[in-house]
Amino acid sequence: MATTETLDHAQEVSYLGAKKGIMSWLVTIDHKRIGVMYLASVLATFTLGGILALLVRAELWAPNITTEAGEAVGALFSADVYNRLFTLHGLVMVFLFIIPSVPAAFGNFVLPLMIGAKDVAFPRLNLASYYVYVIGTVMALYATIAGGVDTGWTFYTPYSASVSGPVVMMVMAAFVLGFSSIFTGLNFIVTIHKMRAPGMTWQRLPLFLWAIYATSIIQVMATPVLGITLCLLAMERAMGVGIFDPALGGDPVLFQHFFWFYSHPAVYIMILPGMGIMSELVTVHARKTIFGYRAIALSSIAIAVISFLVWGHHMFVSGQSVYAGMIFSFLTFLVAIPSAIKVLNWVATLYGGSIQLNAPMLWAMSFLILFTIGGLTGIFLGTLATDVHLHDTYFVVAHFHYVMVGGTVVAFFGALHHWWPKMFGRMYNEFWANISAVLFFIGFNVTFFPQFIMGSQGMPRRYYNYVEEFEVFHKISTSGTWLIGLSFIIMAVYLIQSLRKGEKVSANPWGARSLEWATQSPPIEHNFHEIPTVTEGPYDFPKAGGKKAH
Amino acid sequence: MASETAQGSFWMPPEASTFAGDVDALFDFIYWLNVFFFVAITGAVVYFAIKYRRKSDDQLATSQVGHNTLIEAAWTFIPLLIVIAIFVWGFRVFLNQSVAPDGAYEVKVTAKAYLWQYTYPNGAVTGELFVPEDTPVKLVMSSEDLLHSFFVPDFRVKSDVVPGRYTTVWFEAPDPGEHVVFCTEYCGAGHSGMMSKVIVLPKDEFQERLEKDFIDGDIPPAEMGAKLYTSAGCSACHSINGTRLVGPSWKGLFGTERKFADGSTAKVDENYLRESILQPMNKVVEGYPPSMPSYQGQLKDVQIDALIAYIKTLK
Ligand code: HEC
Ligand code: HEM
Ligand SMILES: [Cu+2]
Ligand SMILES: [Cu+2]
Repeated sequence: MATTETLDHAQEVSYLGAKKGIMSWLVTIDHKRIGVMYLASVLATFTLGGILALLVRAELWAPNITTEAGEAVGALFSADVYNRLFTLHGLVMVFLFIIPSVPAAFGNFVLPLMIGAKDVAFPRLNLASYYVYVIGTVMALYATIAGGVDTGWTFYTPYSASVSGPVVMMVMAAFVLGFSSIFTGLNFIVTIHKMRAPGMTWQRLPLFLWAIYATSIIQVMATPVLGITLCLLAMERAMGVGIFDPALGGDPVLFQHFFWFYSHPAVYIMILPGMGIMSELVTVHARKTIFGYRAIALSSIAIAVISFLVWGHHMFVSGQSVYAGMIFSFLTFLVAIPSAIKVLNWVATLYGGSIQLNAPMLWAMSFLILFTIGGLTGIFLGTLATDVHLHDTYFVVAHFHYVMVGGTVVAFFGALHHWWPKMFGRMYNEFWANISAVLFFIGFNVTFFPQFIMGSQGMPRRYYNYVEEFEVFHKISTSGTWLIGLSFIIMAVYLIQSLRKGEKVSANPWGARSLEWATQSPPIEHNFHEIPTVTEGPYDFPKAGGKKAH
Repeated sequence: MASETAQGSFWMPPEASTFAGDVDALFDFIYWLNVFFFVAITGAVVYFAIKYRRKSDDQLATSQVGHNTLIEAAWTFIPLLIVIAIFVWGFRVFLNQSVAPDGAYEVKVTAKAYLWQYTYPNGAVTGELFVPEDTPVKLVMSSEDLLHSFFVPDFRVKSDVVPGRYTTVWFEAPDPGEHVVFCTEYCGAGHSGMMSKVIVLPKDEFQERLEKDFIDGDIPPAEMGAKLYTSAGCSACHSINGTRLVGPSWKGLFGTERKFADGSTAKVDENYLRESILQPMNKVVEGYPPSMPSYQGQLKDVQIDALIAYIKTLK
């Protein structure tokens, strides 16, 4: 890429300083500012969800028992409060944090930069998506303050149709948030199709964008199903239309089909962007061309397609027929293969690299290890005979946290450290960044690994109380959450510090090859003075001894 | 070995049903496979991170290999074959877990927030499940309110319990003992307290206690069903001796194969009978008029259960 160093000399006014005042942010249509607003919002919702998780785990520190003297000990909250806490934790983490996290924050910021465009295709729709997100968030918070819901994030009927509380409001919040996600997805699909700079062929598209592209397709196609499902549920609750409630002549299991028809693809809405980030981290911080570009790009698309056909693996013990179970189990294994291929490609990319053990790389290595555990333990759950035993136990809780936290959230923080200098033009304290990454890795395993053991021993999930033989596992698990909390406190400190007096960085501090690094850090308002012409792939790093990758 | 499985292992609770060992064998296989791949992948990551660590700022990569068809084909197809093998193995064990042997001892399970109730063929009702050892036991379960799920970790048995339909599980416990039952489908404030026990008794002790201890005065379901047959008006259209009235006779009905007006077929089981009583128009028996009234909202669940129990006795 020819333009790498040319812009380094004279710092021009960046997008951050181009306009002043709070209004210039609130009505901005600059994708970078919208990305930053999303970033601030999802960091806030992550903090909220994290505090809720700490409270959930605190309750589980000890079983609630009645002593011989008749005293009740061990309970911090009542069962009703506990159930609201874990439900809210799940809802916040899924709908307010993880689904918008990578696409809306980093996707927004870097997508146009990476393809050499001035903005996304529909800048106003982009701003609208942000405000729709804010409205949905406010609705969810309102429902929480108005009593909260205790249905679990899955809203299974007939419980959700009959329990009292602001369920309709919460469901409508998720409905509204869905639109935000559809808007973002649409915008990205069109932008990637139509606005690539000259020379930016599909084969030169950074893999992060292939992943965002696949994600967007799922968002646009699957989210309406969630919308319809939630609307039907709201209709049943508000108007007594019998759809899911057997007392009204409905079918409770139908809800589960609808719900997972959206929510399994949604699992890939959550993980694919994280996978995209991985392809950037392992290449740039090892100065190494990606291994298996095609396989990684195509596996994203394969995952997007097959993910629509596996929803029934959440329902092996719901009473669905043995043969339906058989088909869903088989397809589940098929969708596992593309994910496995990606992991192996990233590991192979490290081979022969020049690996810098900085914060982005430490997060990337955490991903490789944690996501591998998450993926491998998924085999137990896709297998019919073993899933019967493990379904709805803590084994599943551990599994999906290894995938969603160990995968997506870890990638999210990798991305935060990778693109932070680009977004704000300043470096963070690298020593503390490494400490925080390592502390998180330890804390995460301490929290979640014991959950595999207690789960396969039979500890069911969504349990306010438990039998005493599980106490030691719960104690270890709860202590791990404090380490995780500590690692994020450290991170908050050094990042705020960096914003205020971090060392200024050049356009391309990591020596990366993709286009977002070709413009200054932080970028100017219009990204590039003139639309760049692309002549190389995004991972064409030089080789020691002179020759480049083919 | 026996004592080890009786106490459970690091990962698994004790094996107390005939197929628990099969499930665990598969679990162990996947487990060791996981260990292998985990060590290989983590090992490679750590090894590369040390070996190719950047030692000076301007150090470049020593390789820029972008793909290798052989390696890529290998790591696509080998895992594919492995998971297909696991799938087949898992399905076979699952079939055995799902399909109760003929003639299994049948107990009706009723779940409601927040308790479990077990009804035996002789009408006894208990809050803990008593079963004879060395005997296949089939549970026919339904819920009176929400979703619940019946989970016995020691048996490796689990199934959701759904209002308005029947689900089944079966198991055979080779040894006497006690095993905890959890509810594993979230059902509100009492979910984590919705526990019960399976108590496996030697055969003769089971018989004795079933006859003496558990009868609580309620009439057995089949007897209640016989009364409903006339009191609810079924007898107007259904005979029990094989003669054809408006509708088909119930004699020998249970377990037969039915052909419907639209050409489809189904086996007569609990769900089919329930559906026939509640939504008779869904499946109209071939050769009969669609004139069976729906009893939706008129018969309670226990009454439907009783009718079904009665129909089953009409051999
Ligand atoms: C007005 C006549 C009438 C009455 C009363 C009636 N049925 Fe029926 N029933 C029919 C007819 C006709 C059919 C066959 C057509 C069909 O499948 O709907 C039938 C079919 C059935 C079947 C399916 C049987 C099979 O052979 O597959 C069941 C079970 C059944 N009825 C149960 C009941 C019960 C229980 C009652 C009483 C609570 C009852 N019926 C009362 C007319 C009646
Ligand atoms: C990092 C720290 C986190 C901790 C300590 C934590 C802890 C927990 C705990 C204890 C539960 C309750 C399990 C149960 O009783 O079933 C739970 C549930 C859940 N968590 Fe987390 N979690 C964390 C992060 C996340 C993140 C980032 C996500 C993002 C998707 C997430 C998604 C969920 C979901 C979806 C549930 C299920 C809620 C439900 O059952 O309705 N968690 N978590
Ligand atoms: Cu799924
Ligand atoms: Cu329950």
